[in-house]
Amino acid sequence: MNLHEYQGKELFARFGLPVLPGQVATTPEEARDIAASLGGAVVIKAQVQAGGRGKAGGVKLANSPEEAMAKARDILALTIKGLPVRKVLVTQAADIARELYLSIVLDRARRMPLVMLSAAGGVDIEEVARTSPEKIVRQVIPLEGLRPYQARALFQPLLADGSQVAQAADILLRLHRVYTEGDCSLAEINPLAITPQGRVLALDAKVILDDNAEFRHREWATWRDPDEETPGQRLAREKGLSYVRLDGDIGCVVNGAGLAMATMDLIKHYGGEPANFLDIGGSSNPDKVTAALKIITNDTRPNHAGGAAPSVRAILFNIFGGITRCDDVANGIVQSLKTSPLKVPLVIRLTGTNEDLARKILSDFGLSATTSMDEGVRTVIAKAQEVTA
Amino acid sequence: MSILIDKGTRLLIQGITGRDGGFHAQQMISYGTRVVGGVTPGKGGEKSHGVPVFNSVADAVAATRANASVIYVPAPFAADAIFEAADAGIDLIVCITEGLPVRDTLAAYHHVAALREKSGGKRPRLVGPNCPGLISPGLSKVGILPGQICKPGAVGVVSRSGTLTYEVVHQLTRAGLGQSTCLGIGGDPVIGTSFIDALTLFEEDGATEAIVLMGEIGGSDEEEAAQFIRRHVKKPVVAFIAGQTAPPGKRMGHAGAIIAGGSGTAAEKMAAFEAVGVPVARIPSEIPGLVSSALERRRVRRGAPASANGRKAARARTPARPNGRAPVPKSSMKKKSRASTRRAR
Repeated sequence: MNLHEYQGKELFARFGLPVLPGQVATTPEEARDIAASLGGAVVIKAQVQAGGRGKAGGVKLANSPEEAMAKARDILALTIKGLPVRKVLVTQAADIARELYLSIVLDRARRMPLVMLSAAGGVDIEEVARTSPEKIVRQVIPLEGLRPYQARALFQPLLADGSQVAQAADILLRLHRVYTEGDCSLAEINPLAITPQGRVLALDAKVILDDNAEFRHREWATWRDPDEETPGQRLAREKGLSYVRLDGDIGCVVNGAGLAMATMDLIKHYGGEPANFLDIGGSSNPDKVTAALKIITNDTRPNHAGGAAPSVRAILFNIFGGITRCDDVANGIVQSLKTSPLKVPLVIRLTGTNEDLARKILSDFGLSATTSMDEGVRTVIAKAQEVTA
Repeated sequence: MSILIDKGTRLLIQGITGRDGGFHAQQMISYGTRVVGGVTPGKGGEKSHGVPVFNSVADAVAATRANASVIYVPAPFAADAIFEAADAGIDLIVCITEGLPVRDTLAAYHHVAALREKSGGKRPRLVGPNCPGLISPGLSKVGILPGQICKPGAVGVVSRSGTLTYEVVHQLTRAGLGQSTCLGIGGDPVIGTSFIDALTLFEEDGATEAIVLMGEIGGSDEEEAAQFIRRHVKKPVVAFIAGQTAPPGKRMGHAGAIIAGGSGTAAEKMAAFEAVGVPVARIPSEIPGLVSSALERRRVRRGAPASANGRKAARARTPARPNGRAPVPKSSMKKKSRASTRRAR
């Protein structure tokens, strides 16, 4: 789960990181009132999970509550990288002398957390990594954590002032606690700002949480932003399906992530376009099959007439039974079709555990299934093209 | 012969009284795996699927001389189960459970690694988490791979996926290509056994003549494996990468399968293998043909008569080259000069 900046800063503040006071607003009037209570200049920042908010006009300075209201109105009307802005963070403005970059991520190859630090802060770090990788300092964090002297040593080449080094080192040690105790996949401060007065501040927060750790963080449920989810994504999450919407017209329902990716690839290989990645997982709950069909058939996209049309022209089931039992999937398909018949062709490929039973269930309902993945994919592409023609 | 498991494997099942553990206990016993016991805290003294249940791994090891353990306990307790197995002296720990927080896996991984270093570098070994386990066809199966799709033979299979592995193993078997061991290493960002570990074992294994490596988007394990193959693997390797059409920034089911910061793409991984002369299948059904050709070349080089099946497959795909070098797969035509510079043996 990706956190909004304001949520990330809440988490940072809990671990004692220096963030400036601020509050989130959903209307221009709220923004005005927050600006008035903060006093002085404020920054209004769009709360969408996309990089390049500043360039898109989603970050503005306001010198009065009235100006804050006007700026908030402008920003709340924006759509940044396809995401409508529904909230803004109104926060105290700070003068900035220098901007650094600081983050902790997992170094998968070394199986250790990794500190990334750069004097080139405030810009897209991926761009820095591409164009001038030497500007990024990387340091793995030992299992027992960083010692304060190790944290100081990282900042000493970048910061001349001893007090700034001490502040920055303290920030890094706290950020490491956020990363580990908070079960983060990424904890990033960009920019880590130095004020003309020599204060070191976390002016932004980008946090990605490790979804697998949700069982020990009850507060995460309250951070989930329903506006960030489509109805399909929500249903997928509730039913334990792994779903990513794509731009094509062939819906696919597969068991297993690797096979689901390979199915998408194969559709593309034979000239089709997958409409989604959808992994029903290892269990054999017919309910999941019903939900999967619902998600795929309810997905729409804008049509020429200005309305919305179903995005899927044909659906492929690709099931290799292991833990997943083919008969359970077949039952799910039949149950689902009984209550809501499909308007598009359905192609079923299944093999493995209880395959014969599944074939019987399907044929009793007038459906058939192939055993070959290649054949299934080629057939579904042909069916989708027939629908188009 | 095989890697990691064989007839001498004496297996414990942690979580044997649970739904998944119980179901697969039965499957493994039916396959012929020597399951010597199960562990469920609080249920010691009971019997499950005909084997004794113990309260702790230490108790079970003392009573049964178990040397391997497979873990089916729920995610919040799975890392603890790995620690327990490692501390009880188990040599091979296979964690099937998915959904472990990375923090937990990291702690377990480093604990196992530290014990291994202390013991001279061989034991214990962790496979997974979030993996289907492994099977040495005809000898032993540990985990959830369906036994009936495998057959004994000379192809070593290592994969980050579950059902995609079944798909490819099934296709290999139908093409007459049996397997020495099929190993699923898991789809998480941190896993106990890497491609490089598996390649090392297959290279040393007398029964393995060719290796199929199935990767996925995310991370750089495949790139590292390619470099390792260039330096250390003499047996032929055929690669496949899932997620060639995956969009960046989206987690494709597995926690480890994500293209982040513009790296970890399938294209990069495929290029890394092609650059070291490893043929890359563009689609799964190309794999058996590429394996047959590779085996054919290996046998020709060694002066042994080629198998009928290998000969047929080799003719169907690519004419054998007189110099014995790896033929260039279609997908790497552009990189022909680089691909064909792999050292000739």
